[in-house]
Amino acid sequence: MTTLFTSDHEWLRIEGDVATIGVTDYAQSQLGDVVFVELPKVGRALKKAEAAAVVESVKAASDVYAPISGEVIEVNEALAAEPALVNSDAGGKAWFFKLKIADKSELGGLMDEAAYKAHTA
Amino acid sequence: MLASDKSSLKRTPLHGLHVARGGKMVPFAGYEMPVQFPAGVLKEHLHTRSAAGLFDVSHMGQLALRAKSGKVEDAALALERLVPQDILAVGPGRQRYAQFTNSDGGILDDLMVANFGDHLFLVVNAACKAEDEAHLRAHLSETCIIDSLSQRALIALQGPKAESALANLCGDVATMRFMDTGPRKVAGFDCFVSRSGYTGEDGFEISVPAEQAEALVALLLDNPDVLPIGLGARDSLRLEAGLCLYGHDLDTTTTPVEGALEWSVQKSRRSGGARAGGFPGAEKILSQFETGASRRRVGLRAQGRAPVREGAVLFADSASGEPVGNVTSGGFGPSLSAPVAMGYLPTALAANGTQVFAEVRGQRLPLQVAAMPFVPNTYKR
Repeated sequence: MTTLFTSDHEWLRIEGDVATIGVTDYAQSQLGDVVFVELPKVGRALKKAEAAAVVESVKAASDVYAPISGEVIEVNEALAAEPALVNSDAGGKAWFFKLKIADKSELGGLMDEAAYKAHTA
Repeated sequence: MLASDKSSLKRTPLHGLHVARGGKMVPFAGYEMPVQFPAGVLKEHLHTRSAAGLFDVSHMGQLALRAKSGKVEDAALALERLVPQDILAVGPGRQRYAQFTNSDGGILDDLMVANFGDHLFLVVNAACKAEDEAHLRAHLSETCIIDSLSQRALIALQGPKAESALANLCGDVATMRFMDTGPRKVAGFDCFVSRSGYTGEDGFEISVPAEQAEALVALLLDNPDVLPIGLGARDSLRLEAGLCLYGHDLDTTTTPVEGALEWSVQKSRRSGGARAGGFPGAEKILSQFETGASRRRVGLRAQGRAPVREGAVLFADSASGEPVGNVTSGGFGPSLSAPVAMGYLPTALAANGTQVFAEVRGQRLPLQVAAMPFVPNTYKR
């Protein structure tokens, strides 16, 4: 299992041809208290960089972009019911959606944890 | 305003304290102000409703208006030429909400007017204070002296524990009622204390000489019931309380009647009253009292959890049709754990319970026109 990161502060956990996607702890600390999450529909084909989900804090709404292309195979309904999970467990329980990876070569452009840490330092 | 413009921003006397307490400083109305502290907007909001929140509102304008005759009544009558309120009826030690109107009946700013016995004390919005002062000078200088009290800070202490927190430092605050105001010694400093605020909670607003502001705030924050609160929670608190934010819910294109502020225009200034009219835009505003306005500020509650924010366009129908209005303030109400908003709708759609739709990210979300305040106020009347 590999975890990769985007410059837009999303994380991807890669298991076989499935990527689980969420936002980073750094992202939640910048967003503030999250009060609403809108998730994509299962079955939707997302293109890389397309707006896939919305996360709203008390302050503002932010898009979550698809870090890679793929089909949405599962969404985290528990997160829609309890958006504050983003603040309490951004890297774990607050995953947003799972993608069936369309093109593994797109993973090449993403950061590993060390690179992401340097990016947010 | 860009972050690189920060050098041009003004600072309040409490700036150092905000930074020391971890305040996230942002540009607001030409000032560097804390939008939140480490607790975060949600906790700050809820703490204010359950205990007490301390707000720095020193960016707001404080003005003294004195009649050259020396009589406060003459200052009141002079000010009545610029506002549709009955200022003469504001007794010593009392204050009232008012609006400066323009010749079209639009609102130039909203303000608080206090009677300090021999003069009036005005508190106006930060973004408008230079224009307000110029407006007062342009129209009232012949009969009045206008002093900008720029050497004073202003803080608000709001919430159910505000009285007990302030009572330690100021003897008679427990006897004050909502909208009572006047000079008081607080911790030995020469303050003006009013029992009022912008959160819907009981509480106080305290004007203090700038050089003593930090000492006073430090004393208040020594009390574990009191936490510093940023502008973020100030906005969500006032929105839940149904209170207008000038420049958003009210502006030069909205009249007091359209803004659902009829309650703030006393009968004496309306048609048939003892001093009817005589303020800018009186013809339009008074005719709206008779015939109604075509649109009205309303409260809006969402059926879902998605916040509907300022600028969202409102529709009467779920699919088709022209826009009928727009949201002027909106967000998540932490005390209600639900989205709340206010906006303008045609009068025909302004009745409580009417369903309308807000366009958010290409979808029309159902909203219901709802009574305000969304959270009942706890003023000590």
